[in-house]
Amino acid sequence: MPEEIQELQDLKFQGIKINYLYVCKRKLWLFSKNITFENQSDKVLLGRILHEYSYPKEETKEVLIDNLIMIDILSDGAVREVKYSSKMKEADIMQVMYYLYYLKQKGIEKQGVINYPKERRKETLQLTPEYEQKVKEALSEIEEITSQATPPPATKQKVCKSCAYFEFCWG
Amino acid sequence: MQKTLYITSNGRLRRKDNTLYFETETEKRSIDIENIEQIHIFGEVDLNTKALNYISQYGIILHFYNYYGFYAGSFVPRKKSVSGDVVVRQALHYLDKEKRIFLAYCFVESAVYHMMRNLRERKEAEAFLNAIEDEWENGRFNISSISELMGLEGRVRNIYYSSFNQFLPEDFYMEKREKRPPTNPINALISFGNSLIYSTVLTEIYHTQLDPSISFLHEPSEKRFSLSLDISEIFKPLIVDSVIFKLLNNRQITLEHFDEDLNYCYLNQEGRKIFINELRNKLETTVRHRQLNRNVSYKGYIRLECYKLIKHFIGDQVYSPLKAWW
Repeated sequence: MPEEIQELQDLKFQGIKINYLYVCKRKLWLFSKNITFENQSDKVLLGRILHEYSYPKEETKEVLIDNLIMIDILSDGAVREVKYSSKMKEADIMQVMYYLYYLKQKGIEKQGVINYPKERRKETLQLTPEYEQKVKEALSEIEEITSQATPPPATKQKVCKSCAYFEFCWG
Repeated sequence: MQKTLYITSNGRLRRKDNTLYFETETEKRSIDIENIEQIHIFGEVDLNTKALNYISQYGIILHFYNYYGFYAGSFVPRKKSVSGDVVVRQALHYLDKEKRIFLAYCFVESAVYHMMRNLRERKEAEAFLNAIEDEWENGRFNISSISELMGLEGRVRNIYYSSFNQFLPEDFYMEKREKRPPTNPINALISFGNSLIYSTVLTEIYHTQLDPSISFLHEPSEKRFSLSLDISEIFKPLIVDSVIFKLLNNRQITLEHFDEDLNYCYLNQEGRKIFINELRNKLETTVRHRQLNRNVSYKGYIRLECYKLIKHFIGDQVYSPLKAWW
């Protein structure tokens, strides 16, 4: 195996970092330094409550693998991620693709599902070679961003106003 | 916004099942624990570890004041937002002399700005305002050490306090500012208000990744949470002093609200209630923030000051202290 790919496989991050890479690179950097404000955000609280009360019949919930990635639900051979809304669909897809990729490295092949219970919608995902490549690129981009000494500057986006970091970035 | 609870009566904080109660001899009141950020305790209050453990689950800070209303200390639950990275960089700004002076200067600059702001609309204080301006403008460009900065700040503050006699009721004449213990009513008011701000700032720091013991204007050895003293400089004139002016000039607080004991002078229970009420109103008053385009309370501005410091430490944005524009 070429050295480069070997190194890439050593890059392991929490799934949420993949998500943040697509939502906001500054948020990713701050989160990686433990500068977090999620515990003060009503939106985050709503998300937590949704996780707790959705799919009460599922038994394998919140499965932590290698002390690193937290899978919301494992059922019927699928890795399921529960999300509050589909506004950040691309980020959600990449997060699940990363889980599938991670499990594949361990010799486990699964399907992915994103549940949007409030919208009564779900998205079924399959890890394709294209996505596998995209995940690898995402991992090295995370490595690059989080090893910078200073955070990427704030850039105003639509999502800012509902972000837990809004007052931090713009106040 | 999370609320602040002030307990001025005697009683007991008790956890029963998953509810927190404050019980006095005559009544039992449940406390909405999810929405409380801090509790200031002035009365004689009993509580046990069962209650403390429950309170700390919610990250609620308890501030205790003794019989005379002097700040005694705080119960601070295990900190949840910790970032080694931020603390290391915060310490670097303390160790580097220039970086330290920069921040110390910022705190004083904002404090002086708010002192002048308080005097600006008072005709009686015009001469004092000019004197402060002279002192500050002459001194502020020649500062090469923290002690020089402290000296300048002290001189400005003396002029500022001496101007109070011009527009406060005669009963509240101030010879000079004295602390520990205050011996006259005006000093007692200032001390009481300042200690409330100190503990409120401490609560805001607690919710961020800042380390409250690494400070810049004050020496970190001075007090356990000296960063709280630093940030309080900004808010003492902005919040406490304006509350005092209002209460005294409207005759809401008069000499009958003070008790004297040996050499002490302190607010009695009735006086404290009036003061706390006005201070609470002030802290909850909101002002439109120009960048956020949201209404932010005075308490919220304390939190934003903490955020700006973090951004300064991580090399994101140079710190610029609050200067009330409203």
